[in-house]
Amino acid sequence: MKFSEKLVEKIIFACAAVSAASVALITIFIFGRGLPILAKVGPVAFITGGNWSPGNEVYGILPLIAGSISVTLGALIIGVPLGISCAVFLAEVLGKRQAKFFQSAIELLAGIPSVVYGFFGLIILVPALRKLTHAIHADSGATGFSILAGAIILAIMILPTIVSMSTNAINAVPLKYREASLAMGADKRETITKVILPAAKSGIFSSAVLGMGRAIGETMAVMMVTGNVASLPTGIMSPVATMTGTIAMEMSYATPTHQQALFAIGIVLFIIIMILNGSAQLIMKKLGGGTESA
Amino acid sequence: MRSGKVIKSKIYFGGTWVIAAITLAVLIIIIGFVLVKGLPHISWEFLSQEPSNMGREGGIFSVIIGTLLCTLLAVLIATPIGVAGAVHFNEYAKEGRLVAVIRFFTEILAGIPSIIFGLFGFAFFVVALGMGWSILACGLTLAIMILPTIVRSTEEALKTVPMSYREGSLALGSTKWHTIVAVVLPCCRSGILTGVILGLGRAIGETAAVMLTVGGALNMPTSLMDSTRTMALHLYTLANEGISDEKTYATAALLIILVLLINTAADLISRKAMKDS
Repeated sequence: MKFSEKLVEKIIFACAAVSAASVALITIFIFGRGLPILAKVGPVAFITGGNWSPGNEVYGILPLIAGSISVTLGALIIGVPLGISCAVFLAEVLGKRQAKFFQSAIELLAGIPSVVYGFFGLIILVPALRKLTHAIHADSGATGFSILAGAIILAIMILPTIVSMSTNAINAVPLKYREASLAMGADKRETITKVILPAAKSGIFSSAVLGMGRAIGETMAVMMVTGNVASLPTGIMSPVATMTGTIAMEMSYATPTHQQALFAIGIVLFIIIMILNGSAQLIMKKLGGGTESA
Repeated sequence: MRSGKVIKSKIYFGGTWVIAAITLAVLIIIIGFVLVKGLPHISWEFLSQEPSNMGREGGIFSVIIGTLLCTLLAVLIATPIGVAGAVHFNEYAKEGRLVAVIRFFTEILAGIPSIIFGLFGFAFFVVALGMGWSILACGLTLAIMILPTIVRSTEEALKTVPMSYREGSLALGSTKWHTIVAVVLPCCRSGILTGVILGLGRAIGETAAVMLTVGGALNMPTSLMDSTRTMALHLYTLANEGISDEKTYATAALLIILVLLINTAADLISRKAMKDS
């Protein structure tokens, strides 16, 4: 082989390695900047500490974790049933052409920047929730900035992931399952709920897990509607601060120690996302059925 | 019994119909609301004047320039690296442990949330490499972020090129590299372009990573080392600080129009690519 060919091969390999190197660098820099404070406060105290008060150098992120988890779970509770239902509609009810149109519309949702969702939430959703709570409890002090607002916005944002992956999973269920079920006298609804959806469950489940990863990592939309109050939530109308929102809000004015603490939140977030994405991949691989094309 | 089944079935499918309609309605409401409120405020003056008084007055010309510089820089950096990486995976790599590891990390990179990219960009480019809040730091951070998109769509495109093309070229005496450049890659033009455009769309809409790496200055940038502000970040700042309703809506509408155009272009190109292959 000519020397130049070998050189090209090396360069191309180097380019392929850039992604891996980036992940390594990201890990090194996030951990490098965050670990000192984790060591100082103690990882357990950092994660289970109920008080996030950077002004007093008190760094406990339990309220932030609770904020992230409550908003994410809310998004899943709203988004997963909606998404599966849309997927059934797409795969089983609509014709091919209409399904394509619907799918493009859903993909448009995926393309809208999160800051636009946040803006929409801030202008429309938050005031609406405020009016609603005041209509129910006249003396409610709720501002509308809340877990519910974050959950609704996030649900819309994760919908495209759930719909497209679930539709693929449903479409991948072998035709013979459907035929066998119909031949047994089941009608279309029974075939869908008792045969097709169970057969597609691994694909649907991993779409939910990926959606969860996306929701917990989402920053702008969430921080614009949740109110960013770092205290343990008491109900769905409580304002919360999430891990991502806190990093983004406080980075610009943080003192060096405070900055380290924000990087330490980054570590926690990084680990959570890795676990979620890793398990989504594992589920796809292990349960297998319903995700490979038949 | 029979009619009970029919009714249940009607309710079930009616339910999916309603939910799908609600989803479409949400899409239309969000896009429609922003466009209806924002379009009337988009004028030539808005596009061509520099912002003044924190963005309360004037237009967003310097913000548009800042957006273009950051995102184009990201695409210019990420495209050659991403395409070459995909070429490695599809054309050169032999199944081995090292390749498996690199592939695994590429997958991981795609799943990292943007705020982590922001933290990294801040710690690495802004502070450690001493770039400060700058277009350069922002462009590099965004480049890493959109790399997986470009690798993935290039790889998909490479897979559709028939083996016989490569064999034909090699049989004519071309070297492997020449085959890739002259035969394989030209067949993947649309696929690569789709990936690049999708990456561009993602970079334009990105806010969290931009916020921590570019600073947010409203002045017209004069070099890549200047701080600037992208449209997404401008929208966030205006909305969050309640600076000016009119300018906020106009910026949001402009951003949505841009992103819709970009995604439609990507969609059209990838459809054309599917037809061609």
